[in-house]
Amino acid sequence: MRRSLSSVRSPLVAELVEALAVDRVDHNDLARRLFARDASVITGGRTGVVCFPTSTEEVQACVRVARRHGRAVVARGSGTGLAGGAVPCDEPVVVVTTKMNNILSVDTDNRIAWVEPGVINLDLTRALTPHGFHFAPDPSSQQSCSIGGNLANNSGGPHCLAYGVTSAHIVAAEVVLADGSRAMLGDLTAEPAGYDLRGVFVGSEGTMGIATKIAVRLTPNPPALCTMLLDFATVRDAAMAVSGIIAAGVVPAAIEMMDAAITRAVEQYVGAGYPIDAAAVLLVEVDGLAGSVEVERAIIERVGRANNARTIRVAANDAERALLWKGRKTAFGAIARIKPNYYLHDTVIPRTKLVEVLEAVYEIADRHQLLVMNVFHAGDGNLHPLLVYDAREPGILERVHQAGAEIVAVSLAAGGVLSGEHGIGLEKRKFMAQQFSADDLDHQNRARRAFDPDNVMNPGKVLPTGASCGDVQHLDTMPEGVWL
Amino acid sequence: MALSTALESFAEEVGGIDAGAVCVRGGATRWAVGGAPRADTREVRAPRGIVSYEPAEMTVQVGAGTSIAELHDELAAHRQVTVLEGPAGATVGGALAVGRNGLRRLRHGPMRDVLLEARYVSAEGRLIKAGGPTVKNVTGFDLCRLHVGALGTLGLLGQATLRTRPLPETMAWFGGAADHRVVLGSLYRPAAVLWDGLTTWVLLEGYGVDVEAEGLLCGRLGLGPSDGPPELPAHRWTTSPADAARFPTDHGDAGPFIAELGVGIVHASQPQPAQPPATGRHELQQRLRHEFDPTSRLNPGRDPLGRE
Ligand SMILES: Cc1cc2nc3c(=O)[nH]c(=O)nc-3n(C[C@H](O)[C@H](O)[C@H](O)COP(=O)(O)OP(=O)(O)OC[C@H]3O[C@@H](n4cnc5c(N)ncnc54)[C@H](O)[C@@H]3O)c2cc1C
Ligand SMILES: Cc1cc2nc3c(=O)[nH]c(=O)nc-3n(C[C@H](O)[C@H](O)[C@H](O)COP(=O)(O)OP(=O)(O)OC[C@H]3O[C@@H](n4cnc5c(N)ncnc54)[C@H](O)[C@@H]3O)c2cc1C
Repeated sequence: MRRSLSSVRSPLVAELVEALAVDRVDHNDLARRLFARDASVITGGRTGVVCFPTSTEEVQACVRVARRHGRAVVARGSGTGLAGGAVPCDEPVVVVTTKMNNILSVDTDNRIAWVEPGVINLDLTRALTPHGFHFAPDPSSQQSCSIGGNLANNSGGPHCLAYGVTSAHIVAAEVVLADGSRAMLGDLTAEPAGYDLRGVFVGSEGTMGIATKIAVRLTPNPPALCTMLLDFATVRDAAMAVSGIIAAGVVPAAIEMMDAAITRAVEQYVGAGYPIDAAAVLLVEVDGLAGSVEVERAIIERVGRANNARTIRVAANDAERALLWKGRKTAFGAIARIKPNYYLHDTVIPRTKLVEVLEAVYEIADRHQLLVMNVFHAGDGNLHPLLVYDAREPGILERVHQAGAEIVAVSLAAGGVLSGEHGIGLEKRKFMAQQFSADDLDHQNRARRAFDPDNVMNPGKVLPTGASCGDVQHLDTMPEGVWL
Repeated sequence: MALSTALESFAEEVGGIDAGAVCVRGGATRWAVGGAPRADTREVRAPRGIVSYEPAEMTVQVGAGTSIAELHDELAAHRQVTVLEGPAGATVGGALAVGRNGLRRLRHGPMRDVLLEARYVSAEGRLIKAGGPTVKNVTGFDLCRLHVGALGTLGLLGQATLRTRPLPETMAWFGGAADHRVVLGSLYRPAAVLWDGLTTWVLLEGYGVDVEAEGLLCGRLGLGPSDGPPELPAHRWTTSPADAARFPTDHGDAGPFIAELGVGIVHASQPQPAQPPATGRHELQQRLRHEFDPTSRLNPGRDPLGRE
């Protein structure tokens, strides 16, 4: 049954306008279309009203008004999510945090900063630079994704290998719950009493409430660092080198791997000096005190050579280092030159199984006559097979879809998990039962229910229960507009 | 060890919803945390032994009843260790259920970050899996973090997959009468910086070259080689890092103390006064406990909110 918001001022909209301001409540068709999507391939979301609160009180008001009108609530940051987490089902009130983007305080005595959820990841790190700190999670989308979105998805990034994903960097969060009340999860003390509510909220993809104020941990900038590019004649050698580095007891700040196709695409795009005839390159960074950086550089060179690295380039200065990273971080931009569309997967496998799973991924892509590129966080086994294609080609979507399901299956069979950093959202709900039993899922649902007994916060996400989201199309239609 | 059979018989022993109050007895080294067990509570023991250990993966899967010492003996053969700490007899499950961190948290992070996957028995007597075996994972909700520090009130831990880390090449204590804030601000990722109001102690860990360089820096700051701090006072306060660094000023009546700077734990001679409950948190705690244990049979005497 479709509700319609065609009337200019439905009571719902009128109440939201009263609680916020007329220019911060949007229900025109353009806004509703715009906020029906995120950066995933998922289409068919249906937005009710879009709100832009500027304070916790306004977020509380949005939730209360939505509830009075029987609407669900979907939190949204920058909309860069890749699993459909922010895609609205059944015309909910969409609460966008982009106008809550103040860094409230930087508290170096406690090594935290209080920020509003709409603060952009890179803006936070830039603001911390003068203090000698940074925010460690650095997703490739860091120029546009929000801290609230990072928290909700427990996002990762290249440097999360040594420093841990977002959860390790969230000290406390003020959240608005499904009944419009607020709660402070975690605090600045070392061991808050009771259950780690903060810990279970991080990564809950907006299903347990809306974070309105976040204490993020500050990570000291390392005194020394060394960035290396190793190139290999086979993917197998590169993957063996990754395992070898970890096995040697070194936990670098980052180990990123790029295969031949993506290396060439990136090189043509940014000209970072990546070897275009390599079967795979590893971008490895070690950081810390000068002494250990030198020790670990030597170990990595040794392991690299032992695994037939053809060349090992060590960035001589900050400019060269930035250039090497630019290649990695613009990888997704680069592939637009090859095919108009891509589907990015995100599974994790034991890092000792990189060789065999990568071989299986290539085999799957071959069998479905698809081009696959791999650019991923190799150090923690977080694969990002990127299936690139032209959606206008008849029948291709079915193949992309099928290959994706097989990649997921291969990852799980190798002892891996469904998602390393992009989350489950709408995209991977259907796979959850492959990793968890009904009892396991029941327990996850109990945790959700403790926060949101009526299932009104971003319903239909993560767990295969709740709202039907029946209109959502998953790769079955051609998305409108341009893809990232 | 056949892990599934050990886990299954553990689940059987715990029993279903009608099998009465139950808790796990580990090494009983922190038996009083959160209160005494209710009189009718039956005690069970969690499976023991290392299930699988892949040094190159830097993860280990272990029965929750395994002693930390036994686990670390095994890991030491591959020059690895976990963040768990405890006295003789302390178990992996007990350390996780109590959730108190060791002295090296400043460098190595909290215990809650190393539990990757847990297999536990629910109040209904079912075996539940939370998390996943890989070092990175955002598949579904992060139930593992809920179980760390829960005192076995949300489920009884049967098996844990833990992240390991390399054993440091060297470690060394320094101590002396230097400005504690300057020391904390000058060193890069020390394992611990402790302070008793007069003396500051530093634990350095890592490659020899680093420890040597930072040791020289300690010397310039007025610290010399040391055996580390004396025995820690009995009570454990949880404060913010900033509060810990000005501890006696704000808490003059706590008696002799040793503060973990940069972390916020203070080992004091007097117990910490009860803290005012935080906004909205108490109700969420109760709802969670009720969701996971609707008939209050999991370690019913103990309250994770009432520490110490
Ligand atoms: C080019 C590109 C590269 C990327 N690279 C990475 C990467 O390297 N690593 C990585 O982990 N991810 C990556 N991502 C995915 C994405 O950027 C991250 O998931 C990011 O954290 C999402 O932030 P956002 O502000 O865009 O959130 P949105 O997409 O707006 O929302 C994501 C989820 O968070 C919820 N949410 C948002 N704000 C709040 C809040 N305040 N309270 C509660 N819930 C909230 C939403 O309901 C939704 O479920 C990439 C995406 C793109 C497009
Ligand atoms: C030198 C030293 C250093 C220490 N360092 C620290 C430190 O700094 N920080 C710190 O945290 N602690 C520290 N400890 C304590 C230690 O790490 C453990 O917390 C403690 O030993 C618990 O282990 P146990 O097996 O004895 O648990 P027990 O005392 O047997 O049990 C404690 C509680 O946990 C429950 N429990 C036990 N096992 C399970 C299970 N498998 N599933 C569910 N619930 C269970 C019990 O029912 C009980 O409520 C230290 C102790 C010493 C003396």
